Amino acid sequence: MPAVRTVEPMMLGKLDWSAIPFDQPIPLIAGAVVLVGILGVLAWVVLRGHLPYLWDEWITSVDHKRIGVMYILLASVMLLRGGSDAIMMRIQQAVAYQSQGYLPPEHYNQIFSAHGTIMIFFVAMPFVIGLMNLVVPLQLGVRDVAFPTLNSVGFWLTATGALLVNISLVVGEFARTGWLAFPPLSELSYSPGVGVDYYAWSLQISGVGTLVAGINLVTTVLKLRTRGMNYLRMPMFCWTTLASNLLIVAAFPILTATLAMLLLDRYLGFHFFTNEAGGNVMMFMNLIWAWGHPEVYILVLPAFGIFSEVVSTFSGKALFGYRSMVLATMAICIISFMVWLHHFFTMGAGPDVNAIFGIASMIIAVPTGVKIYNWLFTMYGGRIRFATPMLWAVGFMVTFIIGGLTGVLVAVPPADFMLHNSMFLVAHFHNVIIGGVLFGAFAGFEYWFPKAFGFRLDERWGKMAFWFTFLGFYVTFLPLYVAGMLGMTRRLQHYDVAAWRPWMLVAAVGMAVLTIGVICQITQLVVSIRNREALRDRTGDPWDGRSLEWATSSPPPVFNFAFSPDVRGEDAYWDMKALARKQSLEHEGPEYHDIEMPRNSPTGFVCAFFASIMGFALIWHIWWMVILGGIGAFATFVVFAWRDHDEYVIPAAEVARIDGINLEERRSLVSMAGGV
Amino acid sequence: MSMTATAGHAHADPHHIGIVVEHPGPAPKRIVTAYGFWVFLLSDIVMFSCFFAAYAVLAGQTAGGPSGSEIFEQRNVAIETVCLLLSSFTCGMASIAADTHNRLWFYLGMAVTCVLGLIFLAIEFNEFAGLVSRGYGPSRSAFLTAFFSLVGCHGLHVSAGVLWLLTMMAQVFAKGFRVDILRRMMCFALFWHALDIIWVAVFSVVYLLGSGA
Repeated sequence: MPAVRTVEPMMLGKLDWSAIPFDQPIPLIAGAVVLVGILGVLAWVVLRGHLPYLWDEWITSVDHKRIGVMYILLASVMLLRGGSDAIMMRIQQAVAYQSQGYLPPEHYNQIFSAHGTIMIFFVAMPFVIGLMNLVVPLQLGVRDVAFPTLNSVGFWLTATGALLVNISLVVGEFARTGWLAFPPLSELSYSPGVGVDYYAWSLQISGVGTLVAGINLVTTVLKLRTRGMNYLRMPMFCWTTLASNLLIVAAFPILTATLAMLLLDRYLGFHFFTNEAGGNVMMFMNLIWAWGHPEVYILVLPAFGIFSEVVSTFSGKALFGYRSMVLATMAICIISFMVWLHHFFTMGAGPDVNAIFGIASMIIAVPTGVKIYNWLFTMYGGRIRFATPMLWAVGFMVTFIIGGLTGVLVAVPPADFMLHNSMFLVAHFHNVIIGGVLFGAFAGFEYWFPKAFGFRLDERWGKMAFWFTFLGFYVTFLPLYVAGMLGMTRRLQHYDVAAWRPWMLVAAVGMAVLTIGVICQITQLVVSIRNREALRDRTGDPWDGRSLEWATSSPPPVFNFAFSPDVRGEDAYWDMKALARKQSLEHEGPEYHDIEMPRNSPTGFVCAFFASIMGFALIWHIWWMVILGGIGAFATFVVFAWRDHDEYVIPAAEVARIDGINLEERRSLVSMAGGV
Repeated sequence: MSMTATAGHAHADPHHIGIVVEHPGPAPKRIVTAYGFWVFLLSDIVMFSCFFAAYAVLAGQTAGGPSGSEIFEQRNVAIETVCLLLSSFTCGMASIAADTHNRLWFYLGMAVTCVLGLIFLAIEFNEFAGLVSRGYGPSRSAFLTAFFSLVGCHGLHVSAGVLWLLTMMAQVFAKGFRVDILRRMMCFALFWHALDIIWVAVFSVVYLLGSGA
């Protein structure tokens, strides 16, 4: 081994055997388990001969539905990883009273940094982007997104970022700086290891993927809508998707620029944020939060859209105050760029500036309040069905109001001076992110799962998952509010204050309940897959839905719609059903045409392969490998640009065959409903 | 049930404001591509705005090193500007040639654009190399950090543009003026012109304001 050590620094930059944490059993065992798991799945795929299927139908797929599903799969896997971090943190704080606990400080710091980074960038983001990808083209009545191949590139780059974060578990270390890597702590002088580099490069690469997804979805909503789908006839989820992706396009370049500056400081000795030579640390705070606050709304706006769809469907009513909802969404979209400073009231901006940003932060609660009332009035007088998605929606309303109110509380600068960086803040943002984004993601998952896979999820396990998660959330996070009021600051590896201890113990119990919720969720998936024949959705409209995604079969054919739907008003599919019932039949013997669809392409996967190599090489300063990865990525693009046939044709007869099956089912449903 | 549906209808236009213009359906591919690329360019401009903001914040932080007026050479910057503005013109010529399927003028326009871009890059590289050799590299002060990053970021974009330009020429050479290649050409032209707009801002904010100070 000593001989190896002397050779490697030449070839492999900073990488040598000391990068593997042989002295730390937890990450090593976790990494080994994950590695065995991945190898096991790979071996199973290869041995059972599934590889060609996987490659042809999923990895190279440019179908927005498949890409959406892969986004959600990635998010779910990373949710387990981020959740494990959360469990470890809660246990640590439960035991580390007047003792060191079981996690050494440098490891604990990595865990809370990784937890935040993973939950925001690799769980919440891919989950909502996945749902948007899956649903929005269907709701707009079109066959695909604006740029299908780019869509695949975006997904695979996001996966690359997630991969790099997970590699840091066993090769080297992750950042110990918190999820936003504030300088000067994140500068080379205080964080000389590769942790911050892992953090920054994985976010840079996945950030490109997110930007691509944002551009794609903005263009899709604005330019690809079916006939008659005027702006004010779009389903609410399309509106929130538009707002959220406008924010992505406007905010993610700020993150890219900010992290680029940090990386220039670290790699080339620049002085953007250093303490020396005139660097300005506060500039990092302003830049990162100018991205960071809109990011909150990038995540929660799609969730608002999901709740709008769910509440309206399960109340059997059109959404109350549709236009005010659109206005509220766009108002949030704009105001979200004017409140970033409330993340650092305490950092000396002065009373006038603090007052302006405090007031702006309170104003943004107004459109949010409008939304809550609209949902309540949608339910009022409706015939409500408490299916699992609706439970998540109602649970959200209750939880999010509490989170929103504590948010208004910390928007008051004098109060914020007391609560800044305390556990109260931790409780607040978990309250809005879990209660808003995660509940929304789960509601969307339960609601659109039948659309994506053609069978429903088991209701009993779904309801259990909801109740355990809902209660577990309160038992975990309400104590953190109290601990924060008692003066407990965030990110403590251990503490000596007796008054905090009971609350930490309660929070740990809550975490256990939350874990049961997650187990129920997994069980629900397994049970549903096993009972899929009984849960089959034959008509494509399992919930008696209102928008166009329910007007096609489940799962939809690759071309989504045999005919481009003609939209005459809001709730397009609801109107169609009403019309069909009146006329007692849908089109009789329609004439089918050939459909052109984009061909699959490995561009995204290959690009991400080179991006992974490049990212890893950059982290470890292996310069020859960086150049190799760069050339590979460019070559991939040229090869892609060189291809001659980017579309294939589905013949009319095939379209007729596929559509015919679903049409029969749907006719029988309509005639049955008409009879009643 | 049908009552709810009609209520939904009325709801879409409760005040019956004029005639509702029906949305005609998905836009043609050319429009979609250009539109998406515009959105990308806007996001790129947002990224540049961060570097502009950083430059504005750090411009005075010379840390005992040189200030802008001591290192900027207006003659070179003037040549750079002329090169880039002229290249926008020749790029426009190449676009017109592509639209009329005229290979000769297309190659000529693109080649001149490429040469002008390379001259620009050479002058910029020369300026950077000169500064570094005098000890005024980006690590010298926060001002130089911001200067090198902002101007260098634009330079990197121009370099990528040159690479793209050569790829476009090769594509037209190999495949001719196919519809998809014309769409790409349109995006390239948008990109090249956007870099010009950014250069005008760099020229004004960095070199004109900096030389005066």
